[in-house]
Amino acid sequence: MDAQTLIAKRIALELRDGMLVNLGIGIPTLVANFVPPSIHVFFQSENGLIGTGPVAEPGMAQPRLTDAGGRPVTALPGACTFDSAMSFALIRGGHVDVTVLGGLQVDQGGLLANWMIPGKMVPGMGGAMDLVCGAKRVLVAMQHTAKGKSKIVKRVSLPLTSVRPVDLVVTELAVIAFPKGRATLLETAPGVTVRDVLAATEAELIVAENVSQMAV
Amino acid sequence: MKTIPIQEAVGMIPEGACLMIGGFMACGTPEPLMDELVRQGKRGLTVIANDTAAPGVGIGKLVRAKLLRKVIVSHIGLNKETQEQMMAGQLEVELVPQGTLIERIRAGGSGLGGILTPTGVGTVVEKGKQKISVDGRDYLLETALHADFALVHALMSDYLGNLAYALTARNFNPVIAMAATTVIVTAEHIVPVGVIAPDNVITPAPLVDYVIAEG
Repeated sequence: MDAQTLIAKRIALELRDGMLVNLGIGIPTLVANFVPPSIHVFFQSENGLIGTGPVAEPGMAQPRLTDAGGRPVTALPGACTFDSAMSFALIRGGHVDVTVLGGLQVDQGGLLANWMIPGKMVPGMGGAMDLVCGAKRVLVAMQHTAKGKSKIVKRVSLPLTSVRPVDLVVTELAVIAFPKGRATLLETAPGVTVRDVLAATEAELIVAENVSQMAV
Repeated sequence: MKTIPIQEAVGMIPEGACLMIGGFMACGTPEPLMDELVRQGKRGLTVIANDTAAPGVGIGKLVRAKLLRKVIVSHIGLNKETQEQMMAGQLEVELVPQGTLIERIRAGGSGLGGILTPTGVGTVVEKGKQKISVDGRDYLLETALHADFALVHALMSDYLGNLAYALTARNFNPVIAMAATTVIVTAEHIVPVGVIAPDNVITPAPLVDYVIAEG
């Protein structure tokens, strides 16, 4: 299983029946492919849609029905559309149960940076700041390292997305939560040891008493 | 509401005007108005919109033609030409969190001086802004936005200018239609009054100044 699939599968286990869920672009988008068939989840696209379905089959694209990345998607039965003020009232107002976002850095207190690298990459924050501010649970789906450097750091050096800490980080190596504001290793990926995770992580990690293996 | 030729509609827009433009990654952007702005070469524009789309698409057409002095947007990541012009100092870019941007526009169209939002507190976004504490939580005072023109795209306009939108092409459109002095609409279909049922009218006709039928 490749790293992205592993991360997306593990994140999907966090979803529950009836939840309103917002997926960011990149790895988070893949989560929709692994929702257990026994539950129904409402996916929101920030551009004004609840009930987002898979990308349209060739020849079936409707140019007036897109996701937040501008790709032509489908709408599932029961879908509804609305304007951007409503979409972000849902997000900021605490109506979104789970948001899944990509990350550039998460620090040992759970603070996230995911929207710019000064001087190199200035895409803009889009909806990320509102999502981290307002969603009930914030999950980060990202690779553990970038160019050999840990993305789970002691202190975030890039511009923050929000002062609200995230709830869970899932990488291809580990699942990390932040009880009492401290990064805590809960699970390791199949074939990965606690020692492997600690060696790949810059942040000080508390190791939970019974670290389990990801149930993917 | 009046229907006018597109050349005349864009002719009313002076160089240096402030425009709000509907659309999200060009979905729901009035493309014929983008093309006509390029054809007439209206320069020095300020654009308030969600994003600058992709190179040569939607608002990206205005970027490519170097018609813009400033953009107030939430995202430019999918248009490298916007980023290049910004880095070269040719284009001023004010990045605003998307939820804050749409609320600032809503405030502008709703007679409000601004809104209080927790988004951006403790980040670079709070720089230069007033922080206000309400019931123990910090909020940023984000001021209202207005424009000279709103360029709106609708699915349908009836003969009076009542508007209905399609799917995710709605996005910023009904909100900007409240916040500009003059509202210019491109509609895919012009329909008799009554075709859009009262419950399905999203933008009421009195808000609309000009409608251009597409195609």
